[in-house]
Amino acid sequence: MKRFIAKLLFLAIIGTLPLNAARAQRQTSQETLIRNATVLTVTRGTLENTDVLLRNGKIAGVGKNLNASANARIIDGTGKFVMPGIIDCHSHSMLDTINEGTLAVTSMVRTEDVLNPNDVDLYRELAGGVTTLNLLHGSANPIGGLNTVVKIKYGRPAREFLFPGAMPGIKFALGENVKRSSTPNLPGVARRYPNTRMGVEEVIRDAFTRARDYKRTWDEYRAAVKNDKNVMPPRRDLQLEPLVEILEGKRYVHAHCYIASEILMLISLADEFGFKIKTFQHALEGYKVAKEIAAHGAGASIFADSWAYKIEAYDAIPYNAAIMTRAGVIVSMNSDSDERARRLNIEAAKAMHWGDLTEEQALKLITLNPAIQLGIQERVGSIEVGKDADIAIWNGHPFSVYSRVDTTIIDGVVYFDRAQDLARRPELAKERTALEQAEPNKPRPHGQSPQTPRRRPSGHEDDDMEKP
Amino acid sequence: MRILLALILLASPVFAQQIGYPTAQEGVVPPRGVFAIRNARIITVSGPDIENGTVVIRDGKIEAVGANVTVPTGAQTIDGNGLSVYPGMIDAGTNMGLVEVPQGANGTVDTSEVGELNPNAKAIVAVNPHSAHIAVTRVEGITNALTAPTGGLISGQAALINLLGTAPKEMAVVPQVALVINYPRIGFGGGGFGGFQQQQTANLSDILAANERQVDQVRKMLRDAEAYGRAQDAYAKDKSLPRPDRNVVLEPLVPYVRGEQPVMFRADREAEIRGAIKFAEEMKLKPIILGGNDAWKVANLLKEKNVPVILTGILSLPLREDDPYDALYENPAKLQAAGVRFCISTGDPGAEARNLAQYAGMAAAFGLSKADAVKAVTLYPAQIMNVADRLGSIEAGKMANLVVTDGDLLEIRSRIRYLFIDGRPVVLTSRHTELNDAFKNRK
Repeated sequence: MKRFIAKLLFLAIIGTLPLNAARAQRQTSQETLIRNATVLTVTRGTLENTDVLLRNGKIAGVGKNLNASANARIIDGTGKFVMPGIIDCHSHSMLDTINEGTLAVTSMVRTEDVLNPNDVDLYRELAGGVTTLNLLHGSANPIGGLNTVVKIKYGRPAREFLFPGAMPGIKFALGENVKRSSTPNLPGVARRYPNTRMGVEEVIRDAFTRARDYKRTWDEYRAAVKNDKNVMPPRRDLQLEPLVEILEGKRYVHAHCYIASEILMLISLADEFGFKIKTFQHALEGYKVAKEIAAHGAGASIFADSWAYKIEAYDAIPYNAAIMTRAGVIVSMNSDSDERARRLNIEAAKAMHWGDLTEEQALKLITLNPAIQLGIQERVGSIEVGKDADIAIWNGHPFSVYSRVDTTIIDGVVYFDRAQDLARRPELAKERTALEQAEPNKPRPHGQSPQTPRRRPSGHEDDDMEKP
Repeated sequence: MRILLALILLASPVFAQQIGYPTAQEGVVPPRGVFAIRNARIITVSGPDIENGTVVIRDGKIEAVGANVTVPTGAQTIDGNGLSVYPGMIDAGTNMGLVEVPQGANGTVDTSEVGELNPNAKAIVAVNPHSAHIAVTRVEGITNALTAPTGGLISGQAALINLLGTAPKEMAVVPQVALVINYPRIGFGGGGFGGFQQQQTANLSDILAANERQVDQVRKMLRDAEAYGRAQDAYAKDKSLPRPDRNVVLEPLVPYVRGEQPVMFRADREAEIRGAIKFAEEMKLKPIILGGNDAWKVANLLKEKNVPVILTGILSLPLREDDPYDALYENPAKLQAAGVRFCISTGDPGAEARNLAQYAGMAAAFGLSKADAVKAVTLYPAQIMNVADRLGSIEAGKMANLVVTDGDLLEIRSRIRYLFIDGRPVVLTSRHTELNDAFKNRK
C-alpha cells in the first residue's frame, strides 16, 4: 500500500507541474501582447511585422504598434509565426474508453463521461500547437456514442475542458470496422449484426425509422398537453433522443467511412430521412464522389496520406483534400491518433505538395474548416478581433518541417511554453531520481513489479480499432 | 506496341524535354544512357555544395560532378536552373515489397515466417517488384530501401534494393545485406505506457528468465553455425575427413557469426539495446541497432562500442509518460553530439515510407543540423549498410541514384522534378497519380 501511494504521489507530482505553471501564468497576466510577428490570420491573409493583443481570453487587437497595459506579458514575436490554435476534428485523446461495441446502435453513451484530463498526450499535442479536439466515440457500430468538443486545458479539471457552445454531435461508422471484419469468430458466440454493408444500411434505417416514430409520439404529446394537463408523457428513450436531435438539426453527424459506395449510401439515407451529415470522417475515397458530398452539404475530415493499411484504404490518395476542396467540400485534416495530432501542421502542408492547394486553403484544413465542422467557427479557427485567444506561436513557418512550437495559448492562458518546459527539466530529473531511490520504489524481492494504477495506455490509435 | 512506341520516343530528340515525365513506358524499366543535369545546385552530401554545377550520368553511374564539367556530346540534358540535385534517399528500416495490405488481405503479407529461428528466410526472394508501394515511395525521392523480414527471434535476412525493377534480382543492390534478430523485449507487448497494464500480474524475474531462454536459443543456433562453418572449411581443405552434410538453415549464418556481415538487432528500450550490444560482443558479431528509441540514454555505450543505430521512432510517442515531449524528436541530435553513428528511417512497412523526409526534418527542427538531417537519410544509411562506395552521395563512380527537386529536399512543399535510379530516368507516376488523374476532373 505504501508503494502504491508513493507511485501515485509520483504521478501526481508529474501531473501537476504544468498545472502549477498554468495557474501561475493566469495569476500574473490577464493580458498578452505579441509584438512584431508574422501573423497567419487564415481569413485575412498573412500580416508581416504585426502585433496581436490578447485580453480577457479574447483577441483584442491585430495590427501595428498596439498598446498594452503596464502589467501585460510581452512576447517578442520577431522572426516568429502566429497562427490560430490547431483544431483536430477526430481525436480519442483523454478518453478512458472509446468503443461501446456490444450493440449496433449506442447513441445512448457519451464520451463526456470518460474524460481523463491527465492524459499526457494532451500535453504533447499542445506542444504541436493543437488547442481544440473533437473527441469521438470509436467506429465499432453503425451508430456510435456522442462526441465531446474540448479545449486542451491540460492541468485543469475535466469539466473546464468542455467547449461551451460547440454543436452536440454523434459518431456514425460504416465499412470494415462496423462489420467487425477482423473480429475472429469465437465458438459459441454469435456474431453481432450487421455483417455486411447491406446490414449497416438497414441498422441505420431501422434506427431512424424508430426515431421518427418516437419524435411523433412526443410531438403528439406536446400538442395534447396544452389542452389536457393530465396526459401521460411517453417513456424517455435515451437511445432515440439523440437521433431525434439529428432529425431536428440540433446534432451533427460525424460519420466514419472509407469507400465511395458507403458514402453514397449514407447520403441517400440521410436525404430520405431529411437530415444532414456534417462530416464524413476519413472518407478516403471521398475524391471519387466529391460532387455528391458537396451537393449534400457535408464536410470531410481526412488523413493527409495514409493508405493501404487495410483493404478499404487501398484506393486512398494524398490528392483527396485538393480534389474535394475544389469540388466545394469543406475539408479538414485530422489525426485519429495521439501521435499524429502533434504534427497536423505538416499534414496540412501535404495538401500543397499533393494537389496544389494554396497556403490559405491548406491552413484552413486545420483551423477554420474543422471549426465550421464543429459549429465553433464564430469562436475559433482564425485570428480576428473578438475570437477566443487560442493561438500557437512557432519559431518558423508552421508549414516548414524545420519549425516547432514555442508557445500555445488557450483563452489567453499559456498551456505550453517550450522555454518553461526546458527550464523545468533539470529539476524534474532530480526529482525523478530521488523518487526512484525512495524506499517504496526500490525493486521488490522475487522480481515482482511495483503496483501501479491500471490505466489506458497512451498513444492508441483507436478508430481503426482493429489495427494491431 | 507500347515498347516500340517507347523506343521511338527515346530515340527522338524530343525526349530531352520528356525526361522523367510519363511516356508509354509503364511496366518497362527505362533504359540507361548519357544524361547531364546542368546549372543546378548540387548537394553532394560528401563534399561541399556546388552552385551552378553539372552532373553527368553514363551507363548507370555518375561519371562526373562539378562546377566545370563538360557535357558530353549526345547527352540528354536537363536544365537545372532553379533546381537542386541530391543523392536519392535511403530508408533502412522497411518491409518494402513484402506486404501490400496488412489487414484483411493476409495473402499479401510475406513478412514473418513460422517459428522462431529463420535465418534462411531471405527478403529478396519475396520482394514484389510490382507492389504499388514502390512507385508511391520513389516518386517522393526515396531511391533505396532496406527491406527486412520481421518474425520470431531470428527473422531472416534483409535486402537492400533499388526501388525500380521488374524482378527482385534487378532491384537488388545487396541481396543479403544483414541478418535480422528481434532482441527479446523487456516490455510486455505493445508500446504505450510501458505495458503497465499487464505489469500488475507479470513477474519481472519470470520475464527476464524467459528472455534469457530466448537469447539462449539464438546463441545456440549461432554457435552451431560457427561449428558448421569450421566443419565445412576443414572438409574443404582435407577431403579425407567425413563429409559434413550441408544445412540450408545454418549455412547462411556463417558470414554473420564470423563478423563479416552485420547483424541488425531490433531493440528500442535501454535494457534491450544494452542486452543486444552485450550479446553481440560475446558472439563477436557486427551489430546494428534497429529501432533505438532509447538510444539517447545509451549514447556513451553506443559510441564506445562503435555500434550504429537505425532510428525508426522519430515520430513515435515517447516511451515513458515522464519522458520529455521531444525525447524522440531530439534522439538524432543527441546521438550526433555523442559521436554515435546513426541514420533515420521511417520503420514503416512500406506504404508510408514516402514520409522519410518528414522524419529527418523533425530531427532538424529539434537540434540536428539541416545538413546532417540530409546525411541521415542518404550517406549515413549507406555507410551503416556498407554501401557508401556505391550510394549515399554525389560522387563520380557511384550509382546514379539522384533526385532533382525544386527546393529543399526535406521540405514537404518541395517537388521532385526528376528522378534517376541506377542511371535510369524514372517516370514520376504511381498508383496515386493515376487515381488522381482518373478522378480529379470527374463532373
